[in-house]
Amino acid sequence: MSAGDVTMGGAAPTGRVVLITGGSRGIGLAIAQRFAVLGDRVAVTYLTTPPPAGLLGVRCDVTSVADVDRAFSEVEAAFGPVEIMVSNAGVTKDGLLLRMSEDDFTSVIDANLTAAYRVAKRAAGPMLRLRRGRMIFLSSVVGLLGSAGQANYAASKAGLVGLARSLARELASRSITVNVVAPGPVATDMTAALSDERQSALSAAVPLGRFATTDEVAGVVAFLASADAAYITGAVIPVDGGLGMGH
Amino acid sequence: MDDQLFARFKKCAVEVLSVDESAVVLDAKFGDDLDADSLDLVELVMALEEEFGITVPEEDLDGVQTVGQAYELVTNKLG
Repeated sequence: MSAGDVTMGGAAPTGRVVLITGGSRGIGLAIAQRFAVLGDRVAVTYLTTPPPAGLLGVRCDVTSVADVDRAFSEVEAAFGPVEIMVSNAGVTKDGLLLRMSEDDFTSVIDANLTAAYRVAKRAAGPMLRLRRGRMIFLSSVVGLLGSAGQANYAASKAGLVGLARSLARELASRSITVNVVAPGPVATDMTAALSDERQSALSAAVPLGRFATTDEVAGVVAFLASADAAYITGAVIPVDGGLGMGH
Repeated sequence: MDDQLFARFKKCAVEVLSVDESAVVLDAKFGDDLDADSLDLVELVMALEEEFGITVPEEDLDGVQTVGQAYELVTNKLG
């Protein structure tokens, strides 16, 4: 199938080219599988663990502009231009401010925020030529709520909002939308590693009283990429069980 | 003027700006005559960089309003 056959929207969206960074596990994998079920052609970047069969895995360190460029080129060669870009890859290096080294801070900003800039920049050119596109950034409830011990992570996730809203303005004239999804606690391998007490405390802080499933986040991302969301841009959609209400 | 060089320049402009070849003349203004906005110009510069193997820094674009000015920018880069 050539790039000319790719369509966005319509009753049965199929064959759209989707690229998800950090898509071999957790939320990113759930998003990738959701698009695959819709019939899209899905590529995911990964650092160490390749994704399961059915997804095109592209090794990519999102802190490297050369890696990001090569990953896009590989996907373009296999599928054609990317029309749905999901920036999901992220890291944490938690610690209280007084114990947080400058490297702990800047490396998290680099992997979570500057990486989103790199990926968006590489995605924008082909989307401009297509005259359509969807960019979706995975932020976090802590971006606007704050989180003790996560100053670096929260700053990077808040930064995504300003990045996305600026790009939403820059690219709107070409029917490219840019939105942010801000999950609260999500049941993943990462959160399963927390102590039972910590998990209970987190659940108790959420009005809905539980963690989200990765599927509940993936569904919102799929919606933002759908024809029904064509008029939504620059939005921050919370998927947090009510944890961030008011922000 | 190097006709062959200008033909390559014109090809880029026609493709990126979706305008008729006859509209790409030296005194045509990007905004008024070619209906190009700032994103179109960014795309055109990227296409020209690729076509001619040059690099055009952001500050060189200040004040560039016409096809002639943009073409001169390219020829200067080519030395």
